[in-house]
Amino acid sequence: MIEFTFWDILRNLIFATRWTVLLSIAAFVGGGIVGIAILFLRISKAKWARRFASGYIALFQGTPLLMQLFLMFFGLPMLGFRIEPWTAAVLGLTFFASAYLAEIWRSGVDALPRGQWDAGASLGLHYIQELRLIILPQAFAITRAPVVGFLVQLIKATALTSIIGFEELLRTSNAINNATFEPFTVYGLVALIFFVLCYPLTQYARSLEARAAAR
Amino acid sequence: MSYSLDFGWLEGAVGAIARGAAMTVLLIVVTTIAGTLISVLAAAGRRSGPKWLRRAITVYVEVIRNTPFLVQLFFIFFGLPSIGIRLDPIVAAMLAMTLNMAAYTTEIVGAGLDAVPKGQREAAFALGLRPRQVFVKIVLPQALKVIFPALTSQIVIMMLESSVVSQIAVSELTYEADMLQARTFRPFETYFVVAMIYLGLSIILRRVLVGVGRRTLSAGVS
Repeated sequence: MIEFTFWDILRNLIFATRWTVLLSIAAFVGGGIVGIAILFLRISKAKWARRFASGYIALFQGTPLLMQLFLMFFGLPMLGFRIEPWTAAVLGLTFFASAYLAEIWRSGVDALPRGQWDAGASLGLHYIQELRLIILPQAFAITRAPVVGFLVQLIKATALTSIIGFEELLRTSNAINNATFEPFTVYGLVALIFFVLCYPLTQYARSLEARAAAR
Repeated sequence: MSYSLDFGWLEGAVGAIARGAAMTVLLIVVTTIAGTLISVLAAAGRRSGPKWLRRAITVYVEVIRNTPFLVQLFFIFFGLPSIGIRLDPIVAAMLAMTLNMAAYTTEIVGAGLDAVPKGQREAAFALGLRPRQVFVKIVLPQALKVIFPALTSQIVIMMLESSVVSQIAVSELTYEADMLQARTFRPFETYFVVAMIYLGLSIILRRVLVGVGRRTLSAGVS
């Protein structure tokens, strides 16, 4: 049997952290792209589009992320896709993130005064130009704090992908724990690593919030 | 590839699903009550307690809010026995859920306490109420009224997050789903049905909380 020192445990955990970071980034970027599409539907003039988008958001916010991951993991192979834990994890977290981000950005769009739309129209801009040049830049700017706050939530959510077999930080720590029988140290260190990832972002969100409140 | 959905197993699974859902409801009821109580104490302590207490509460809130619930659960269930604290899975789940939710609701309750105008407290003191009466009868009800929507959302989020306690073999809804799909070989259908039950539970839970809030908080507070 291999002996694990404290430093071996820490080194292995830090190595595994890159998958957690990578997954967070992939899901955040993917969620942002899909989220913008959902946002377009959510604020569209067509009733069916708005209804579809609110249904989509309600579905992802009203069911556990673990269920969403399981449905990805077991559902996509039925459609004929070969699926690995990595794909299921990225896709599951992308859809999860898109629903939350769309809802955050929509609150930003709603917070803008009606006059912004009217001013855009009076300048002769059409709908897409209005959104691209006037509405969305402002909506993104005023929702920066909740978006960073959601990123923290997303980083923490990556821990759930260990359950569908993706080798991120927590799954690696389960394996190390099975070899070392030092759960107190191992899970304590995992918590510490997540804290180091999340706390600066939490503080950043807080400073953005304070700046927005002061304005 | 052709695959046809099969829900034939559902009939024999109603009992297991109902038992699991009942356990999920039990977990969230206990967590809601204990978590709200703790967060009221912590929010009040953070505002008027001694300095060491304030600092301890801040550390607790930040540590919980910046680490995943699943890691907290594993730390409590697998980690604590090595320093001599051995917990039953259900107790560990309730403890982890309560500690997790209270960290979020401490911030929420605190925001509510800050939102009550100072004049309310001064008026209550002027009427001769004792400090505890001022807090319990005047400030707290108004604070709870302000934060009720945020508190409701947090409780629903916690109910959804409770699905991960299946990982330490607490026989709640997700655990029952895991067992069922292993027996039926119909994982997609099983998790789909259970996801819909969670959706229903979260809608019902929200309704019930709003109803309870309207009944208990509207009286006496405008």
